Amino acid sequence: MTENKTLLKPSRPVGIVGYGAYVPRYRLPAKEVDRMWAGERSAGLPIKEKAVPGLDEDVITMSIEAARNAMKRAEIDPAEIRAVWIGSESHPYAVKPSSTIIAEAIGAAPHVQAADMEFACKAGTEAMVMAMGLVGSSMAKYAVAIGIDTAQGKPGDALEYTAAAGGAAFIIGPADESLAVINASYSFVTDTPDFWRREYQIYPEHGQRFTGDPAYFHHILEAGKAMLESSGTSAKDYTWAVFHQPNTKFPQKVAQMLGFSPEQITPGLLSPVIGNTYAGAAILGLTAILDIARPGDRILVVSFGSGAGSDAFDIVVTDKLLERRDKALKTQDYIARRTEIDYATYARYRGKIRMK
Amino acid sequence: MTDVVIAGIGQTRVGEFWDISLRSLAVRAILAAIKDSGGLRPQALYAGNMLAANLSRQAHLGTLLADFSGLVGIEAETLEAAGASGAAALRQGYLAVASGLVDVALVVGVEKYTDVIGPEIEAALATTTDSDFEAIHGLTPTSQAALLMRRYQHEFDLPPNGLAEFVLTAHANGAGNPNAMYRKPLSREAYQKAEMVSEPLTLFDIAPNADGAAALILTRPNLLPKDFAHPLVRIAASASVSDTLGLHNRPEPLWFAAAQASVEQALKKAGLSREQIDLFEYYDAYSIYAALSLEAAGFAARGQGWKLAAEGAIGLQGKIPCATMGGLKARGNPGGATGVYQAVEATLQLRGQAGPNQIPKARCALIQALGGPAATAVTHVLTVAS
Amino acid sequence: MEIPRHWRLKQQRYSLVGEICPHCQVKIFPPRDVCPNCGGEANTPYTFSGRGEVYSYTTIYEAPAGFEDKAPYTVALVKLDEGPLVTAQLTDLGDTPVEIGMPVEMVTRRLRQDGDERGMLIYGYKFRPAMN
Repeated sequence: MTENKTLLKPSRPVGIVGYGAYVPRYRLPAKEVDRMWAGERSAGLPIKEKAVPGLDEDVITMSIEAARNAMKRAEIDPAEIRAVWIGSESHPYAVKPSSTIIAEAIGAAPHVQAADMEFACKAGTEAMVMAMGLVGSSMAKYAVAIGIDTAQGKPGDALEYTAAAGGAAFIIGPADESLAVINASYSFVTDTPDFWRREYQIYPEHGQRFTGDPAYFHHILEAGKAMLESSGTSAKDYTWAVFHQPNTKFPQKVAQMLGFSPEQITPGLLSPVIGNTYAGAAILGLTAILDIARPGDRILVVSFGSGAGSDAFDIVVTDKLLERRDKALKTQDYIARRTEIDYATYARYRGKIRMK
Repeated sequence: MTDVVIAGIGQTRVGEFWDISLRSLAVRAILAAIKDSGGLRPQALYAGNMLAANLSRQAHLGTLLADFSGLVGIEAETLEAAGASGAAALRQGYLAVASGLVDVALVVGVEKYTDVIGPEIEAALATTTDSDFEAIHGLTPTSQAALLMRRYQHEFDLPPNGLAEFVLTAHANGAGNPNAMYRKPLSREAYQKAEMVSEPLTLFDIAPNADGAAALILTRPNLLPKDFAHPLVRIAASASVSDTLGLHNRPEPLWFAAAQASVEQALKKAGLSREQIDLFEYYDAYSIYAALSLEAAGFAARGQGWKLAAEGAIGLQGKIPCATMGGLKARGNPGGATGVYQAVEATLQLRGQAGPNQIPKARCALIQALGGPAATAVTHVLTVAS
Repeated sequence: MEIPRHWRLKQQRYSLVGEICPHCQVKIFPPRDVCPNCGGEANTPYTFSGRGEVYSYTTIYEAPAGFEDKAPYTVALVKLDEGPLVTAQLTDLGDTPVEIGMPVEMVTRRLRQDGDERGMLIYGYKFRPAMN
């Protein structure tokens, strides 16, 4: 094992004390987008369908539910939480934190840090690393990290097929109380403009094929490799792996490049049936894995956020998972709750119909 | 208790009056009532109104109406109790005259919906519910009635269209009332085909909100003009009872407890039994409220109010004629003016001036206005003075 | 703008915080200073479980101002497990038929906005078909 000084390792061991998922009820099949904008001629669709939030849902409401699920599993006093951090690119307010509302709703206010993160699709893992730091330094006993999005794609754009809603919340706390210990994290960040949304714009822009090799693959591979190398591990040492999943193919390909088998990534690969949940994507996959993992299982998580960067996590499941994971709804419970909608309903739910 | 009599009555037609303002509407009813009384000059004005502050941006209504009726200088106040506002104003007038502190009181009920168009009206009506815990959820008085009707269907064996008779009776009676908004009978087929508004409530289960004003002059018998032209009608009893404002705070939402208690108190004060009541002007803002009111008033057992109507008991020739001038359903629902309309209509019946809708030998009338789902219930008994 | 009147109700709205009467133990929602059961003074907070069943329901097609963009929507009287009835919208119904007696659970959702799209967002309780 090579000593890697770039690894982020807390001085006090930390882990996931509670986790919770949320996926909204409605599903827009990719073929509906294809029907509307591409004349139903696309040879292959990037996913089967994507999750769409209802009219009364947004990042705040979804975060509240995910955080409540995490609290049910953590079984801690919310007054002991010292931070509520939420990563998203679709906060309902441009100015005014989502985090204060969530902190209030879960009973964590007022003795908390609260802030909203933005780093495209890795804003959620960014919040997790920050929570690890706060708890790992013993500044706090517990910190809440959330990654949730209600992503929008421009009508007809490639992103509209996949831009979805969902995410996860984690209570980060001392390792000895954890359902899963986070050994370390590693972040790899460069200035790579593969995707962005300028201020006051509704829809993002992206670099099309530029989003692939120089952005997604480069950052995930670098982060993944660095984590394996500095942990002295290889793919076979992990029971499960989950990567950021903007579609079905990218995470399958990057897994293969890092030496992971389809079996290792299948439980965490949710994009085919819920789409790309942006800041929620990799960590929602992690919740689906935790829902089925056994004590001792080792999990590699690598997120990717455009702009660009990746956070990698080396996680080991503890005995406590088994006694606590049934205390809240599982990720697959939300995925199974499904009402298909057509493009017109989708357009209404996502505010694409001009009302005035 | 000193006798209080109704010396004068006045009313406008109920309808959509785009060209008549809130104040003009009220003044017309006021002047008609003063004239009907033989020119008595009121010393106090009690205005019943629900939404003027909201829809006409006009608070301080009592004083405005006194001013524009040529009565500057008299006492003038507004009473608000949602749909029971007019009835509350009547009670205020009654208390003032009965106490001896006021000799002649003017009671006016007025509502002006057509100052505003669109969903602002439903929002204004929703302010009569618990704003923080009902209206904030998008609840409206109409949907509240629908919640009660659905529950009623669930608890009692109400057949499909089981409330039809309330509506058909009201429309049949409206035909004979020159001031009614709807003056045509409604067919059973039309009722059954009505558009759904808030399941299971259809368009015809809902009384139409409309503009209207009605007024009364109250005094004591010894103060009447010597040549007083009408048979004398007295207020035999007045009772006002409140319930929880939020429907959800009731142990038994389908039981209009305040309506029951106010009838009980009013009958007791008047020394009358239900059998002596010749007509009942109930608050049929929704057909389900008619059924619940009959039950609360003790004319029907719980869950049986609709049956009483279905059996024909509420028609003009029935055992207990209701909505004799069309009720809220056909005369129209002029919001806070309703209670005053009911008193004007009952007075017409007791004077024998109800035209084709006259109940023969009517001597005792029970009138009841409700604020919300009987969150306020104001009941009066009017009788022919012997 | 109606900021203060919504702000001060955040606990009740977000988390269904009512009261328990210290004298007769009755659970109260919405909170009030006087217990409706025994008349004693009540101000001990109590967070409801959020579980209950539909007591009655209806769908609103002609919405009041502020709710037009949500119509049609379903409102209900929900009988909470702890006793009280509450008025709230049902949400996430999808194609689920609603019935009296249907088990529901509380979720925190966007109720409306204060005024237009420039106004604050008002969040509060709704109920959905029970998933748990």
